[in-house]
Amino acid sequence: MVPQSWYLILAAALFGIGLFGVLTRRNAIAILLGVELMLNAVNVNLVSFWRYSDVLNMSGQVFSVIVFAVTAAEVSVGLALVISAYRRRNTVIANDMDMLKF
Amino acid sequence: MKLMTAQQIIFLIVAAFTLGSALMVVTTRNLVHAALWLVSTLFGVAVIYALLNANFIAVVQVVIYIGAIAILFIFAVMLTRRDMRDSGPQLNSNWWLGAIVAALVFTGLVFLLQGWSGFTGTAADLPSGFDPIGLLGEALVSPEAYVLPFEVASVLLLAALVGAVYVAFNKK
Repeated sequence: MVPQSWYLILAAALFGIGLFGVLTRRNAIAILLGVELMLNAVNVNLVSFWRYSDVLNMSGQVFSVIVFAVTAAEVSVGLALVISAYRRRNTVIANDMDMLKF
Repeated sequence: MKLMTAQQIIFLIVAAFTLGSALMVVTTRNLVHAALWLVSTLFGVAVIYALLNANFIAVVQVVIYIGAIAILFIFAVMLTRRDMRDSGPQLNSNWWLGAIVAALVFTGLVFLLQGWSGFTGTAADLPSGFDPIGLLGEALVSPEAYVLPFEVASVLLLAALVGAVYVAFNKK
């Protein structure tokens, strides 16, 4: 059997890669891609904790289903905002979206 | 040293595939390619769910993430650029700071988890006649369990989709 540490380290690495993408990419859509990687890392953690503790308690899977719903909501609103900003400012570079700055 | 079991070898192959695709997502220049690498990352994660005996979650991962979210990303990439290439660098000027922060978060997480007593625990065998999908369905709609978060999530999805249509609507 695979020990749980392998899953947890995989999830931590996936989270780190996603965080790197969020912090360094210039394109707003690429930043959302990094957020997706981080949410997937969290889901791997939730499901592995379900499997490695009491399997009759479904809390881990329920939470990951709710994370799916929240992700769908986040992506649809985020991409709509990016498209709307692109229509007004003609850019998707996060640094150039400074309408709220003094 | 004893030989690795087949499941461990499969896990290592899938994990290497997933992490390699994830690295391509955050480093590749062409955003359409980045979205396609995201598809392969999500597929690797779906295989991880299958290895964890969470069959329903694996199917949902393929249907929702790969079928809907990744395609939404590809549409958004195509809608927000005139040509398919970006001019200029893809990473901002202090990308090394982001790399250091990400590496610190990774090592910090591993360090924290190593102090936990169940870190190297192995899974118990599934009980005979175990029906995870039935249990999950009951947990989602049972008043003693998670019916309230489930309904709130559906209202959240509705509100988000109405908001997305409103924000992206072209008023001209």
